[in-house]
Amino acid sequence: MARKQEVLQDVVIKFAGDSGDGMQLTGTQFTNNTALLGIDLSTFPDFPAEIRAPIGTIPGVSGFQLRFSSDRVFTPGDACDVLVAMNAAALKANLGALKKGGKIIVNTDGFDSKNLRLANYPDGENPLENGSLENYEVIRIDVTKMTREALKEFQMGMKEKDRAKNMFVLGFLYWLYGRDMSNTTDFLKEKFGKKPDILDSNMKVLQAGYNYGDTTEAFAITYKVEKAKMPSGTYRSVMGNQSLAYGLIAAAQVSGLPMFLGTYPITPASDILHELSRHKNFGIRTFQAEDEIAAITSAIGASYGGALGVTTTSGPGMALKAEAMGLAVMLEVPLVIINVQRGGPSTGLPTKTEQSDLLQAYYGRNGECPMPVISASTPADCFEAVYEAVRISVQHMTPVIFLSDGYIANGAEPWKFPATADLPPIHVKFKTELGHGEEKLQPYLRDEKLARPWAVPGTAGLEHRIGGLEKQNITGNISYDPENHQLMVKIRQEKVDKIAEYIPEQKIDSGAAKGKVLVLGWGSTFGAIKSAVSELIAAGHEVSHAHLRYVRPFPKNLGEILKSFDTVLVPEINNGQLIKILRDVYLVDAKPYNKIMGVPITKTELVEEIRKYL
Amino acid sequence: MSETATAPVLTAKDFATDQEVRWCPGCGDYSILAQVQKVMPTLGIPRENIVIISGIGCSSRFPYYMNTYGMHSIHGRATAIASGLKASRPELSVWIVSGDGDSLSIGGNHTIHLLRRNFDVNLLVFNNQIYGLTKGQYSPTSEENKVTKSTPFGSIDHPFNPLALAMGADASFVARTMDRDPKHLQAMLLRTNQHKGASFLEIYQNCNIFNDGAFEVFTEKGSKAQETLFLEQGKPLLFGAGSDKGIKLDGFTPKVVNLADGYSADDLWIHDEQDIYKAQILTRIFDDPKVEGHLPRPFGVFYENDRPCYEEIMALQIEDAKARKTADLDALLKGKETWTIV
Repeated sequence: MARKQEVLQDVVIKFAGDSGDGMQLTGTQFTNNTALLGIDLSTFPDFPAEIRAPIGTIPGVSGFQLRFSSDRVFTPGDACDVLVAMNAAALKANLGALKKGGKIIVNTDGFDSKNLRLANYPDGENPLENGSLENYEVIRIDVTKMTREALKEFQMGMKEKDRAKNMFVLGFLYWLYGRDMSNTTDFLKEKFGKKPDILDSNMKVLQAGYNYGDTTEAFAITYKVEKAKMPSGTYRSVMGNQSLAYGLIAAAQVSGLPMFLGTYPITPASDILHELSRHKNFGIRTFQAEDEIAAITSAIGASYGGALGVTTTSGPGMALKAEAMGLAVMLEVPLVIINVQRGGPSTGLPTKTEQSDLLQAYYGRNGECPMPVISASTPADCFEAVYEAVRISVQHMTPVIFLSDGYIANGAEPWKFPATADLPPIHVKFKTELGHGEEKLQPYLRDEKLARPWAVPGTAGLEHRIGGLEKQNITGNISYDPENHQLMVKIRQEKVDKIAEYIPEQKIDSGAAKGKVLVLGWGSTFGAIKSAVSELIAAGHEVSHAHLRYVRPFPKNLGEILKSFDTVLVPEINNGQLIKILRDVYLVDAKPYNKIMGVPITKTELVEEIRKYL
Repeated sequence: MSETATAPVLTAKDFATDQEVRWCPGCGDYSILAQVQKVMPTLGIPRENIVIISGIGCSSRFPYYMNTYGMHSIHGRATAIASGLKASRPELSVWIVSGDGDSLSIGGNHTIHLLRRNFDVNLLVFNNQIYGLTKGQYSPTSEENKVTKSTPFGSIDHPFNPLALAMGADASFVARTMDRDPKHLQAMLLRTNQHKGASFLEIYQNCNIFNDGAFEVFTEKGSKAQETLFLEQGKPLLFGAGSDKGIKLDGFTPKVVNLADGYSADDLWIHDEQDIYKAQILTRIFDDPKVEGHLPRPFGVFYENDRPCYEEIMALQIEDAKARKTADLDALLKGKETWTIV
């Protein structure tokens, strides 16, 4: 049947259903399909902390938001054009985020009296029937019935048949957006190759969903989004935790250091462990320790032995690692501590995003205990940023804190991945023998970076002892001398400060180098700030955007940049943390914009906020 | 010139450092340090391959006094640090020096996990049944009702039985010795080193400042023969002056018998280090020497068992993964699905 095809520029779809409805999988498949067409995209998975919250309830709703566009996009979108609601709870939880006039694709079977009750609709109220959705285009599909119908010849239980429901929706959406489905059929073949029944049923239902769109006359239009105008090159889709894992592997390969990951599972960082543990062929040792403390201390042990020690965690785990971080600062060994931040304090909002561990990263240890802090701004940026964290750690002989967050970790975007040959070198220097005139190793004798020698066990003639007690400058012997302690505190601080000489200067991401408003961000606010600032610049406003990767020490020229604007606005997904440090370091009267709701800042709200200062 | 360089013969002195030893005069740690320094040169391990990791506490100053590689770390975590080091550098000889507080209280969790994973490391637990460095609070091995600075009305805690705990964590080598018996201590250090796997060696160590005489019934001439039972592989369990007494197993219950009563060595429990069931009974011989009818405290190797070490399996997995799939970073970064924009 010939149909009209409408070309769209920008689409935001939210897949929402029960935790068990397979919405994350559906979203990921549609994302990969979109990416392979060269369409720019950004995703935002949003799921409950409970593995299986009560079926049909609002706390049990799992969502996956995907924005795709023929233009460049930097956020998953503030509001949705299309909402896929597998049940009443999914509709209720997400209707607020749907644009007026948007499409709602509903599974009518998910709106029976039980589902309505579980979603807390008043008795006798059904949003599909009471006219409350008249401002939207509602596409009603009895997904359950049609899935069962498609599988009527299959010898499997009803429950098992119903599991393929998400494939029906996916197939329908593939039809609606004029897609080829081969990436999903390939995926299904690989995943269920050994379970022919499940493979066949999923394929059948996927095709049934597609055919449903194709043969049902009610659907008059299909949609198409053209390829985005992106810099030339070869791309892939990548998620934050995945690109972070790749960055670590790449850094280990390039530096020639064997990597050791000591970690303890915690949301939303665990996927880094999962990813790294699959790549043992790169010589990576992954160690699932008994707790967060063993995770970091085992990594310290590995670093002491000459490996690239890495530990991954999230906020509460970071708190547990604090004492050991102090040890690493005293030992002055390389170590990369990755904190994929989540909502806090305490257990907080484990599956929601927040940027609230910056002060913990800066100050959360006993004593004067400075450590460099590096942050990632997007899923793909994790690769380069963590690579930098490794470089700084091994070249400056210091533990480094790396901050990501739940939004970056689970989000996906196109990645113009680098060729190995183009990766910058990471020089590692082990001390292998005593220097001229040296009678025994001076473990705290420093080079021009103030880095001490990395002399690892097994090196004859360099036997020495180090530890967490204050040490005498140069010799490393225990020292309680007051002058020496002050000297050592100052040296450890200076060593970290000096890193500013070995990192790039801060760049302005969008806008002029001076003007009315500078929006200064760090971490996952990148997309929202970039989108908001771009829109205002296009509207002729004097506003600029700079985004920090190096949070400690700051790039050398940051102070100058801050002075070049009338107002510095600092949006953060916390109660104001970077801004405290900026005010402290630069005495700048920066303005905060804080959102602490476990969700990203939207472009729209930020545009409104920036306008106040224009 | 000779083709082959011969390694210089090292002595105990070569394992001493220029650092002033700062334990209290009369501390049991001096003896342990001396025995370790004596034993180390005989192990045939190059000095640079020996690493001593400690936590916090009096015993944990140990690495500073040993001319090897060493790390004085943080409280309770030496076992975890050693795990990471051994996992990434299996060829090193890793020794952990710890106390009863360090390894059984704040670091208890890491201790049991180190043992179950069976890293090939040597864990020396200096047990003095007191917190020395913090000046005299009771420890997790202190006897009940102990009056200390933190327990003026007597402690309520039930103490750990360290060796039973180690057996419970599936340690592959479990032994006990004491600071005041240098020969036995040396022998146990040698056995500890020989064992491939996690070795748990409890060393009774006298804290003459805060808990003086805690083990004197086992160490002093007048009572030692009656109160101690030295275990030897394949030998009957004999003790007492002139080995006039023995231990017999009555079902699962150990009983003291007098050889003068007509018992011969054939009637006695013959020690078998490989027997996990008997080893557990042995670790349970933990009687209070003040109680009438108590059994003597065993010393020696309670249990030894060969099972694969964590770091070995880890290395095998990596070798296996490398053999199956070349480490191609470009291929990894590219992934399965890409698209090109011209």
